[in-house]
Amino acid sequence: MARRSGSVWTGCGTVFLKEFADHLGSGRMRVLEWLVLLTGIGAVYTAIQDLKSTTSQDPFLFLRLFTDSHDPLPSFMAVLGFLIPLVAIGLGFDSVNGEFNRRTMSRILAQPVYRDELLLGKFFAGIATLAVALVTLWLLIIGLGLLTLGVPPTSEEVFRGIAFLVDSLAYGGLWLAVAMLCSVIFRAAATSALVALGLWLLMSVLWPLLSQFITSAIFPTTQLNLLMGPSYQQIMLQQTLARLSPNTLYAESLLGIMHPSTRALGPVFMDQLEGAVMGNPLPLGQSLLLVWPQVTGLIAGVIVLFVAAYVIFQRQEVRA
Amino acid sequence: MAEPAATDIIIAATGLRKLYGRVPAVDGIDLAIRRGEIFGLLGPNGAGKTTTILMLLGLTEASGGTVTVAGFNPMREPLAVKRHVGYLPDSVGFYDNLTARQNLRYTARLAGLRGQETEDRISDGLRRVRLAEVGDKKVTTFSHGMRRRLGLAEVIMKRAEIAILDEPTSGLDPQATFEFLDMIRGLKADRVAVLLSSHLLDQVQAVCDRVALFNRGKIAIEGTVEKLSQQVLGGGYGVEIEAAGSDLPRVFAGISGVLRVTQSGDGKYRLVASRDIRAELGSAIVASGGALLRLDHVEPSLDTVYRHYFEAQHSEEQHGAA
Repeated sequence: MARRSGSVWTGCGTVFLKEFADHLGSGRMRVLEWLVLLTGIGAVYTAIQDLKSTTSQDPFLFLRLFTDSHDPLPSFMAVLGFLIPLVAIGLGFDSVNGEFNRRTMSRILAQPVYRDELLLGKFFAGIATLAVALVTLWLLIIGLGLLTLGVPPTSEEVFRGIAFLVDSLAYGGLWLAVAMLCSVIFRAAATSALVALGLWLLMSVLWPLLSQFITSAIFPTTQLNLLMGPSYQQIMLQQTLARLSPNTLYAESLLGIMHPSTRALGPVFMDQLEGAVMGNPLPLGQSLLLVWPQVTGLIAGVIVLFVAAYVIFQRQEVRA
Repeated sequence: MAEPAATDIIIAATGLRKLYGRVPAVDGIDLAIRRGEIFGLLGPNGAGKTTTILMLLGLTEASGGTVTVAGFNPMREPLAVKRHVGYLPDSVGFYDNLTARQNLRYTARLAGLRGQETEDRISDGLRRVRLAEVGDKKVTTFSHGMRRRLGLAEVIMKRAEIAILDEPTSGLDPQATFEFLDMIRGLKADRVAVLLSSHLLDQVQAVCDRVALFNRGKIAIEGTVEKLSQQVLGGGYGVEIEAAGSDLPRVFAGISGVLRVTQSGDGKYRLVASRDIRAELGSAIVASGGALLRLDHVEPSLDTVYRHYFEAQHSEEQHGAA
């Protein structure tokens, strides 16, 4: 096997700049950004109404901006959990098959670039676009908080906010990789979008229910369970199954990052709580340690999906 | 024609094969193409022309045989090959939301070109395909012919030593085709080896120095148009006659040098002779009391060669089946 000559990054950079410019200028992106902006601000605004009354009591006021919900609107975090995949799929569903459909693929691949440069450039452009949108939104909310609450965020709140951004980006990257994988597999952009959105619905709506069904099929509910609640095995199995969905991983990791008082993301025994001061917040490092598996799980998912897309793309005929 | 010097050969393939499953799309072809030569790949759809092109570019992996393009093996060093080859695909597309210039700039960057020189090359390429005035217009507004020309501008801009053009003139109007062929000749003047695939035979004949006729993944015949016509039509001097008179075929047969006589219509004949017999023919017809209406020398056309070859193939198959 001959070593490849030339750097990945030269072609990748060119593709990145072009795709990034395309994303930022596209009408599709503008629609998605307005969607995120309006729902986000709506959610935060109602949260602020509630927070104003408790300003003096809460040490993590700015985090509450993201996490508090007020009927009928969900919290900003919940909104993002729903909308990030939508934006990511919107950015990625036609990235590869679009080139085939525009008949530009064979022209591009006749240039001295490797196929992974093309794929990587497109992926990073999507991530960068997501990052721009998220950071803008994040700064906007902090600004809104500063104006309405009149208190600056503490350094820990800022760091937790940054961790939240990174985590959201990993989650968005995962859905972007799903969308790109679909765009490699399916030639028709509509099919690719439909499959990606279907997967998203499956993961966000159906999977939590399915994991319950599967658990009760493997460990049927007994008389004892009715009295004492679900057994340890039942809880563990259901949690493991649920964690196969990126939505669960994201929700759990956000719980750890944005609610500093979260001490565990699974079942806890009474003796483990001995000596714990309940309701007291964990320091940032401990919170990060708590969500580390979830975040690495998300990133690992991104890599696996990207590699799958790469392998399939590499084997594809360019004749179009 | 002098034998080409070995150093002049820029594309060389021997025994090139490509299997899709068990079906051979390209079944052992040999090619040798020189610098400054326009080489035509002919043949019906599905004969393996595009597959051959993709293998030369390293876009499809060959199942067997060896290829060298500009001194590199496209399977082992695809990037080196792609640096030396400009490719205009069969169905060429551009990014509609970008201008012609931006489209070219993007491929130039991918090809590793940077700086002011790129801009000069882009301007030069656009000028040579007569798109300089619309260079800053979005490609959405471009017609089919303009897109093809933009594709050619990309090949010119790359200053490639080899230009591979897949069906470059399909779907163009006659005037656009004429202009396009002229641009291809311009490439030849720059000592670029041009490999052109087409099934528009008169165009191929108009520009190509040599052609290869593909049939079922094999090169059936290869060479200059004259050589091909000699092989397929058996050589000779073709004459077309329109005349009125009695028993003309017997008159024709009486002239020395006539090899074959076929009647192609009422009072229309086709002759194949070993030399130019037009003068004798004319006087013989008049002497026999006939009226000579038309007398024409027939240039061997690729069209006739092509039709003749595939008709012969077809009848052979029917014999084989029977």
